[in-house]
Amino acid sequence: MSTWRFERPPGLPIPEPSDEARPFFDALREHRLVIQCCTVCGAQAHPPRAVCLACRSTDFEWREASGDGVVFSYVVTHQAVHPALVGHTPMATVEVELAEGPHLYSNLLDVPPEEVEVGMAVRVGFEDVAEGVVLPFFRRRAQ
Amino acid sequence: MTFSNSVAIVGVGETDYSRDSGRTELALALQAILAALADAGIEPRDVDGLMKWWVDTSTEAEVAANLGIPDLAWWGEINQAGNVGAALVAHAAAAIHAGLANVIVIYRGVNGRSGRRYGRGDVTGQGGRGGGAFTEPYGLLTPQHGLAMVARRRMHETGITSRHFGMQAVAQRRHANRNPRATFHERTLSLEEHQASRLIVDPFHLFDCCLETDGGGALVLMSADRARELARPPVLIRAAAQAGPGLGSPAGRAAKRLFDMAGIGRDDIDVVQIYDHFGPFVLFALEDYGFVDNAGRFVEEGGTDFDGGRLPVNTSGGHLSEAYLQGINHLIEATRQVRGESTAQVPGVEFSFCDTGIGTGAVILERSGPG
Repeated sequence: MSTWRFERPPGLPIPEPSDEARPFFDALREHRLVIQCCTVCGAQAHPPRAVCLACRSTDFEWREASGDGVVFSYVVTHQAVHPALVGHTPMATVEVELAEGPHLYSNLLDVPPEEVEVGMAVRVGFEDVAEGVVLPFFRRRAQ
Repeated sequence: MTFSNSVAIVGVGETDYSRDSGRTELALALQAILAALADAGIEPRDVDGLMKWWVDTSTEAEVAANLGIPDLAWWGEINQAGNVGAALVAHAAAAIHAGLANVIVIYRGVNGRSGRRYGRGDVTGQGGRGGGAFTEPYGLLTPQHGLAMVARRRMHETGITSRHFGMQAVAQRRHANRNPRATFHERTLSLEEHQASRLIVDPFHLFDCCLETDGGGALVLMSADRARELARPPVLIRAAAQAGPGLGSPAGRAAKRLFDMAGIGRDDIDVVQIYDHFGPFVLFALEDYGFVDNAGRFVEEGGTDFDGGRLPVNTSGGHLSEAYLQGINHLIEATRQVRGESTAQVPGVEFSFCDTGIGTGAVILERSGPG
């Protein structure tokens, strides 16, 4: 079993959520991954929206996702093309397709960059990245 | 009634391309504009419209004052980032067709290497705000990050490979080797060198990424009727279209409008320019615009070469090998192909296609007939 562990570059931006997105980030502080759902028609949206794409409702609820997903795509930064990445390459970033459908970007906590593959099964985990800021990351999951 | 063939490009011009221009962005824009006006045979005092990239730092007021434009009747810009060149042509053509202006100059002047660098996210970074709240905290900080993510998925779904990307980079480098203006005019590139070049953001190798350039470019547009009074034959704007956010490929949606307006088919197009911020997207766009079914196979057969390819693509060298001027160099090259003035000239060009943002905007230019 690999002991490799993702070390997040400390200079990466911290989210400054819009009003629509704030409930998503508030739930992360409670270690819950939630998806915005329309209370009228049930349509899901991520990132969160101001108006439902399907029925134009502005009433939303936040449903907790299972946390399971698969890697839909990924990139590996080899050259520190941004100052925040200096000393932190290679670094993988993944696009995860959640079991519920929505996609979100993240990093894998326990998979070294050279082992990331499209289709890899993953499950969410939560990490503090700053005072009062928790982000969703992912770990390899047995299928 | 559309503006099809009622508006023309009558002048094109650019500055030298460098890594350190030693001039202001305003000076670069003005130098390019004066070159384009000289090319058209039009005096600055006859210009009454100015249009620019939203990210361009030289305002229409500064440009008008420096050119001594006596009566600016129309100006504007289009937001998003670099990818709006053809959209500006569409807006300018619509304005001329509507009688809002007579002579519109579209300009771009940028110190993209010595000043703010796109490749480092200097222009597009959001500081964790807006959509950036869901991307930047995970290391998606520059244009190459988001687009490499799209490219990886496309490779997975279609089987297109990095070697295919390399073949297109090599084709464009051969074009640049004929173009004295091109940054890589004197440097050749082999497929092996492409494959051995360092990874920037995997799957993008160094030679999949555009240059970073200091320079400027400009186009002059006016009505086709008035243009016939000028010394040089006008290049007609047969069609223009944009596609913004929506469902499905922007290039696919733009293509529908573009070819509907043009009233011609893909097979009528003689030469193509495509916005190559990253070379792989040239191949994706060839498929999305409906030019080819399998761009990997097409490039294996040399389909995009200027000399013998079925559909020559990025004949100036493009952003990969000529300069990264956010599409205005593609529009200039598309015009030159119609005039028969390219350094990698395709014989007998009647219709010249130019995309400046993988669907955000595209134009079809046409050679004007006698009279």
